[in-house]
Amino acid sequence: MFTYTLRRLLLAIPTLLFIALAIFLLLELSPGDPMADMPLTIPPEVREQMRIALGLGEAWYVRFYKWLYMFSVVEPSHVLANMTGIESLAVEGQRIISFQTRSPVADIIAQRLPQTLWVVGLSYIFGILIAVPLGVYSAYRQYSWVDQLGAFVSMVGFSLPTFFTGPLLMLIFSIWLGWFPIIYDTTLVVDSFHNFGLQMRQMAMPVFVLTLYNAAQINRFMRAAMLDNFTQDYVRTARAKGMSEKVVVLVHVLRNSMIPVITVIALGIPTIFTGAIITEQIFRVNGLGQLLIIAIYASDFPMVLTLSMVFAILIVGFNLIADILYAVMDPRIRYD
Amino acid sequence: MTDVSTIRPPRNQWWDVWDQFKTHRGALVGMIVFLAIVVFCFVGPYLWPYSATYIDIRSRNQGMSFAHPMGTDQLGRDIFARMMKGGQVSLAVGIVAMILSVFLGSLIGVLAGYFRRIDGLLMRLTDLFLALPLLPLLLVMSMLFRQPLSAIFGVELGIFLLIVTAIAITSWMRTARVVRGDVLALKEREYVLAARSIGTPNRRLIMRHILPNVLSPVMVSATLMLATAIITESALSFLGMGFPPDFPTWGRLVADGVDYLQRYPSRSMLPGVFISLTVLSVNYIGDGLRDALDPRIRGR
Repeated sequence: MFTYTLRRLLLAIPTLLFIALAIFLLLELSPGDPMADMPLTIPPEVREQMRIALGLGEAWYVRFYKWLYMFSVVEPSHVLANMTGIESLAVEGQRIISFQTRSPVADIIAQRLPQTLWVVGLSYIFGILIAVPLGVYSAYRQYSWVDQLGAFVSMVGFSLPTFFTGPLLMLIFSIWLGWFPIIYDTTLVVDSFHNFGLQMRQMAMPVFVLTLYNAAQINRFMRAAMLDNFTQDYVRTARAKGMSEKVVVLVHVLRNSMIPVITVIALGIPTIFTGAIITEQIFRVNGLGQLLIIAIYASDFPMVLTLSMVFAILIVGFNLIADILYAVMDPRIRYD
Repeated sequence: MTDVSTIRPPRNQWWDVWDQFKTHRGALVGMIVFLAIVVFCFVGPYLWPYSATYIDIRSRNQGMSFAHPMGTDQLGRDIFARMMKGGQVSLAVGIVAMILSVFLGSLIGVLAGYFRRIDGLLMRLTDLFLALPLLPLLLVMSMLFRQPLSAIFGVELGIFLLIVTAIAITSWMRTARVVRGDVLALKEREYVLAARSIGTPNRRLIMRHILPNVLSPVMVSATLMLATAIITESALSFLGMGFPPDFPTWGRLVADGVDYLQRYPSRSMLPGVFISLTVLSVNYIGDGLRDALDPRIRGR
């Protein structure tokens, strides 16, 4: 198990390097110019100097190497220094600077991260809390009305795009009923019960939209996994031994069915960060997804590259976690 | 056994598939809805007097009426006509992207499953693509290559090609994995061995013996791909990274309508309902196809 984990970790490094190179070259090929928004009255030689000041004067492999060094050494050290409060941990050197704001990319990401984590994270937790019991019950009472309803709701949640459910909720709850604000106010500081209520109200709609989507995904897997297990011999054995139905379903079948479902849950965590881009855009939540969109519009290459890389690391990391969890929970799986 | 009259004449297996498909009510309804939407989008414009891009500024922001069943937008363009035109684009992008993606996925899946020498390489490539952050990458691609491609092929065709290719190369992985798994199992079957023993070349072995047998998983993943491709195109258009503003697609219409959500809610809701209905019906068709194409379920 340990050697397997180690091997996978080592294998993740070339994968991530390749992804970084691919995204870098894609951006490099692009005709998009970070200087495009500058006034046309700037003389060409000044424009050239500004390009050099942005670090665009060197060959692409030099810049790629420098970015890689900054991304893997300088930025993590600064993040660590900020988190622990020990300034001496930070490595000296150029940091990755955003073209738009001229401030370190990592600082902006750190500012945006809490919003995304709150909205996306909460919706994922709610999604799991709804999907798992519903999936268990649907499979236990297959073809009952709860099952039929659950299948329909998850089909709808699966099929309706978030850019439709978002405006639909806004129309119903913000415009017609006036319960929730349309725009997410990030400057709100939760320091009293009143502000806490405001925060809950502004989070309600984006969280609901994402919860519907996540619950739909997980519910399908949960139901299928439970159904697979109900036909197994050990279930009949357990019933024949005289165990109560509660123990059979909630202990024997549920625990075995959770094995594939937990890996699905782990695999889904990175996609909710990237998938929440649209929801954040609709509700004006200024999280990571919205940051990426703005950076793409503004040809802010360091920001796009760094954010994409953060997403890629999340995906690779959670793939690894899913595989390891699978082996930990299912003793029949042997990787070595 | 002796009574010849009770033996039914041989039937094409697709009739069996159709019989099973008919019993899935959701799939049947889904197919009818999907066909209705296709007819609406592709035949409708020939019957409807208004053009999707004709600007009649004096009759702007009208509500629903007999002349304009869905009203007019802020420039006086007929929304009913725009809905048909937008549907054409969304469906065309979805279908072409689906065909490309399924073709790419099947090709890589068959090659990886059949030829052991390139299996490792192709599967590493698939894993690599699965590790890419797809939506950000799609956004980046569609922003970066928008101008050069429009310059070469013209705005309409250029963006169409760009979006179709971008969706296809970010979505073939799942099909490839499924197909590879099936091909790996099929390759060891006796009939493949028999075909090989009489000297069938690899090309014909794949075309005649392997491909027809992986058809059912490919068809199921094709329907799922169609749904995903329509959603992805609409999402790109919604974020303003798809077709240009004067070019209606369903996603674009939703995005434009959101600005008027307070006064004219139907403007963003209607295209949203169209997207949702299309995707929902396609997903139900996929569900029905999965059951109908599975010989263990069929005939029970």
